[in-house]
Amino acid sequence: MEQLRKERVDRSLKVRTEGLYAISSIEEILYLIGPRLLFVAGILLLPLIFEAAPYWKRVVNVMCAYALVAISFDFLSNFVGLVCLGGALFTGVGGYFTAIYNRYFSFPIYLSIPLATLSGALFCTLVLLPALPLRGVYFAIITLMYPLLFSRIIEALNVLGGTNGITGIESFPDPYIEHYAIILPMLFFLFATRRFVNEDIGLVFRGVKDNDQAVRASGINVTLIKVYAVFIASLMGCFSGAYIAHMYMWAGLSLFALDFSVIPIASTVIGGGGTLIGPVIGSFILVPLSEILRAAGTLRIVIYCVVLTLFIILKSEGLMIYLQRKYHQFERWVKV
Amino acid sequence: MSGEAILSVSKLSKSFGGLRALVDVSFEVKRGEIFGIIGPNGSGKTTLINCITGFLKPDGGKVYFKEKDITGLKPHKISQMGIARTFQIMRPYYSLPAYKNLIIPLWSPRAKRLGGWRGGGRHGDRDTVAVDILEEIGFERDSRVPYKLASTLPTGYQKRLELARCIALRPEIIFCDEVFSGLSMSEVAGMIPLIEKMKMEGITLIMVEHRLRELFKVADRVMALNFGEKIAEGDPREVIEDRRVREAYLGREGV
Repeated sequence: MEQLRKERVDRSLKVRTEGLYAISSIEEILYLIGPRLLFVAGILLLPLIFEAAPYWKRVVNVMCAYALVAISFDFLSNFVGLVCLGGALFTGVGGYFTAIYNRYFSFPIYLSIPLATLSGALFCTLVLLPALPLRGVYFAIITLMYPLLFSRIIEALNVLGGTNGITGIESFPDPYIEHYAIILPMLFFLFATRRFVNEDIGLVFRGVKDNDQAVRASGINVTLIKVYAVFIASLMGCFSGAYIAHMYMWAGLSLFALDFSVIPIASTVIGGGGTLIGPVIGSFILVPLSEILRAAGTLRIVIYCVVLTLFIILKSEGLMIYLQRKYHQFERWVKV
Repeated sequence: MSGEAILSVSKLSKSFGGLRALVDVSFEVKRGEIFGIIGPNGSGKTTLINCITGFLKPDGGKVYFKEKDITGLKPHKISQMGIARTFQIMRPYYSLPAYKNLIIPLWSPRAKRLGGWRGGGRHGDRDTVAVDILEEIGFERDSRVPYKLASTLPTGYQKRLELARCIALRPEIIFCDEVFSGLSMSEVAGMIPLIEKMKMEGITLIMVEHRLRELFKVADRVMALNFGEKIAEGDPREVIEDRRVREAYLGREGV
């Protein structure tokens, strides 16, 4: 019997858009920026599209907040080689910091969010510092542990509102400001990190993932590089947490909940790790899905798990990598 | 030979649990020479490199580089001073193209200081320097080889890439941990001129090697280790004639 094999060939248009020739005609330009433009425009228009369904407008915000945490996970794990199991550490710290600034020091919202993002990121970097000189699973374990630790401390000592959380945080003045206060930073961080990992300094970060010993032998302090990376990732996570706290006008223990650690990781798996845009797409699928599944009651988690498992079995490379391949290459059957 | 010692190691020792990997090893390397370190498997050659370059902390003894005590400094501090090393197990930055592998050493403070190209520039400058270095080390500039993903390069090129990564750092000493191993005869023949060229440029080379025949073609002096102890040092021909070296390699019966 004749054996057939699938062969993948780059589209001629893809080859033509490498290098300077990319700007030779409108077709090439569109090929390159079309998908990006569509993506950006689509996200910017989301609040208008969901104008008809007020409940879902909130979901758009939550989606973007999760997407930001997912980008931070993807950045750390696929570009620096640090597996962070504690997105909840970032969101929790960001949320509580902004609550403290806003409620206890009565800083206005436009001051408390940036301040919480910066100081929260600094705080997260400091507490994660002990694990950074080490290689191996220590970083993963310590990030998994901290959210539990902090929520237990708040619960046991009954500080920062205890189990009730800090209520009465200032909300956003306008629903549209509320939307774009997360959409725009999310897009900014997405494109900024993508740019960053292709700069020279970004290559050093990626070198740490591939072979940290060689980076050391190149006269670069690897621990310092990891500190920078964790700071950048915490910035994204803390912003997301601070935003959520202001959106719900409440900072509670649920900001340290496992959801913020697990859903971003699952989004990265579904969307395709190492693409940065994949995690965004992943959370745009997972977050609405878990909202829809609310109707299923307790079975929610079961259905959720089945969907995840199916994704892992059928498209383990991730949606984004699959789509990119389809976009750039075509397939044909050839004889072996 | 100028005779000035660039690196001097005195009574270096290291144990892993009960195993004494290095026992009071002392030697000096002169500026500009090619110094070979030989010895059978497990004789402590790689441990010696790791202790000198800071990847392992020695239990005792001192390492002086240009009369400065560098014992127990962090690896990045030592490489900043001008001591580069290759790794026995090649691990290029797989996800990057070959020439982008050099961006990382070129980004280091030392390379920026000594590089002579405009610092702080965007891609252009550093990329050009990287391709220049790769061409110097035998990557054909006009071929696609420098732009291929490092993971897809054949072994010979990966070994060269290891060396290129060292050269990019503008070092004074390069430790070569078995650069010949796993290469075919013709690939080794291609490497030897490179090594001689580096020597001409004034780089001191310390080569740990299993392939004695090739090493002796280039080495000025060699030292032999066995079970962590120095058993011989001197001219390559004398060392290989040494009774203890022959015993270490061939066993007592074989001599």
